[in-house]
Amino acid sequence: MIEPSLSRDGVDGHFLQIRSIVKTYDDVVAVNDVSLDIAKGDIFALLGASGSGKSTLLRMLAGFETPNSGKIILDGEDIVSLAPYRRPINMMFQSYALFPHMTVEQNIAYGLKQDRMPKAMIADKVVQMLRLVHMEKYAKRKPEQLSGGQRQRVALARSLAKSPKLLLLDEPMGALDKKLRNRMQLEVVDIIESVGVTCVMVTHDQEEAMTMANRIAIMEEGSIVQSGTPRDIYEAPNSLQAAEFIGSMNLFRGAITVDAQDHAVIDSDEINNQLYVSYGVTTAIEDKHVVFAVRPEKTLISRDQPQGEYNWCRGVVHDIAYLGGHSVYHIRLNNGKILYSFMVNSDRFADQPTWEEQVYVYWSDDSGLVLRP
Amino acid sequence: MKKVTERLKRHAEHGKRWVIAVPTLWLMLFFALPFLIVLKIAFAESAIAIPPYTQLLTMADDAFDLHVYFGNFIFLTEDALYLTAYLNSLKMAAISTFLCLLIGYPMAYHIARAKPSTQTVLLLLILLPSWTSFLIRIYAWIGILKSNGILNNTLMWLGVVDQPLAILNTNVAVYIGIVYAYLPFMILPLYANLVKHDHSLIEASQDLGARWLQSFWRITFPLSRNGIIAGCMLVFIPVVGEYVIPELLGGTNSIVIGKVLWQEFFNNRDWPLASSLALIMLLLLMLPIHFFRKYQEKEWEEGK
Ligand SMILES: Nc1ncnc2c1ncn2[C@@H]1O[C@H](COP(=O)(O)OP(=O)(O)OP(=O)(O)O)[C@@H](O)[C@H]1O
Ligand SMILES: [Mg+2]
Repeated sequence: MIEPSLSRDGVDGHFLQIRSIVKTYDDVVAVNDVSLDIAKGDIFALLGASGSGKSTLLRMLAGFETPNSGKIILDGEDIVSLAPYRRPINMMFQSYALFPHMTVEQNIAYGLKQDRMPKAMIADKVVQMLRLVHMEKYAKRKPEQLSGGQRQRVALARSLAKSPKLLLLDEPMGALDKKLRNRMQLEVVDIIESVGVTCVMVTHDQEEAMTMANRIAIMEEGSIVQSGTPRDIYEAPNSLQAAEFIGSMNLFRGAITVDAQDHAVIDSDEINNQLYVSYGVTTAIEDKHVVFAVRPEKTLISRDQPQGEYNWCRGVVHDIAYLGGHSVYHIRLNNGKILYSFMVNSDRFADQPTWEEQVYVYWSDDSGLVLRP
Repeated sequence: MKKVTERLKRHAEHGKRWVIAVPTLWLMLFFALPFLIVLKIAFAESAIAIPPYTQLLTMADDAFDLHVYFGNFIFLTEDALYLTAYLNSLKMAAISTFLCLLIGYPMAYHIARAKPSTQTVLLLLILLPSWTSFLIRIYAWIGILKSNGILNNTLMWLGVVDQPLAILNTNVAVYIGIVYAYLPFMILPLYANLVKHDHSLIEASQDLGARWLQSFWRITFPLSRNGIIAGCMLVFIPVVGEYVIPELLGGTNSIVIGKVLWQEFFNNRDWPLASSLALIMLLLLMLPIHFFRKYQEKEWEEGK
């Protein structure tokens, strides 16, 4: 580890244990030796680019795919060899997969009927579920007579009706438009938390993962790059992939010149001054090449030259993206490199640097991160 | 410029009219006109003449004389032969439709589930026999089913039976022939329906605790209802009037409407009676078609 980790990975997660799962399709390795621990009550997001193997992993949890090797232990029981209909797991499908020939009520009751639950109990449970997702008025409707958001609620109610030990969500907001998405993210989390079910969801939208989940794992090419709380991953990414996947980063390639117990200094061709981090970086002598990373919102812009010899540079304002709450400044250094810096628009008409003005960008010693290329 | 677009528009309107005109003309020529002729003959009297029936409208003493005769229809109710023929035909059509569904559904299901490249091959195999003449294919069944035919020879050689089975010229042979000939008409609409099914519905069903068979009965089967209805119509309607298969494979005592029609028309040369027989059959078939249309309309309404 070359950064201070805030993660408590594996400390409390024993409800769902995924152990060395491998899944290949012909010559494609879709999931490559994935191990994860998920605690009871967690909302856990698998975040990754398209084709990274998120859906495949989720489908193995549901039982629709069989792993080549590895174990999936849910609440102390290895479920790998259980058929989907025997697993105490329910899934909300990306397309919702509501049965088009059944009413909302019948859709929700479907799973309960399979369990041979008495009719009166089914009816009670259906009413309870409809109330949970605020769909009491639509009980007799067919799925095609519902809006996208309403369909999602029905799908959620259906997958919660059997009180599963584990709820799976595949791209839960994938079929909704942007505005509805933001509302439903919070609503779905509310519902899941009120039921208290452990949940694993799949998404390629980092904002969605950070809004909904309390723990995230980043997947790339079938492997887990990093897992932890949203804050861990944002503030302490353990690799370049993780850093680039979530939020934006200013990166400088360079080599370590000073490697002390409590700090390190990095020389980079891409910036005039040296870079300083206020934590020790253990490096081998033959592997001094690193990437220094700093988030745009951790940098400041001023017209005056900052004090000290580390962590600042001079450039001109290349572009300004005004986003209301804050502006993104694109600062061009004299070697052509563009740095990004956020400036909070706290005053309505403040005297801020403008196009082609010369400015200095600087940041504090504890803002930067050292990552392996 | 405006002129050009206007002219184009006029052409488009013209084109549209033409596009509609072609099928309309087709229907007029090959459905409405023959139907009217049959209708006309059905209300005429049989006569020794060319053509062998009386005219509906005659000119006598500078006045038109309309001569409508209902005797054919009355005659149809008097002789039990015709009622038996109708009932036999309906029974034959119902049983063969059911058999086609029973055999065709699993076939359509598996074709729809196969890999896309395999699907094409399998569909081609289903259609391939139709490329040879219908008559020849039915004749071939005589060779297979007769006492010293391929089937009986094989069974005797295997020692399964020691006497040849009398299959040819029985109802069994007729059913074999009909199911064989009409199976593609059942499979194709079913396939077209099943191939559109969203597989995630079956996964959702399994996920909610249903096994394969339950998922099939509660999800796949109800959702393929339209395919089933279309397939059954495509088999049932032509089989009611089927003549060739009962004639070639069935016994002399298998009385179906197609055969009776043939006898009245060619053996007895009673064109009016044959026409009225055909007319009643058409009316009988209108019933299921009407229900089907009503059902489709309802589906449409619900779909909105
Ligand atoms: N049934 C399959 N047959 C062959 N290859 C498959 C199959 N399913 C997935 N793959 C491959 O496995 C890899 C991972 O696919 P997966 O669907 O899990 O990705 P994903 O992370 O869910 O992507 P997306 O965000 O696009 O849904 C991909 O390279 C994909 O091509
Ligand atoms: Mg996916």
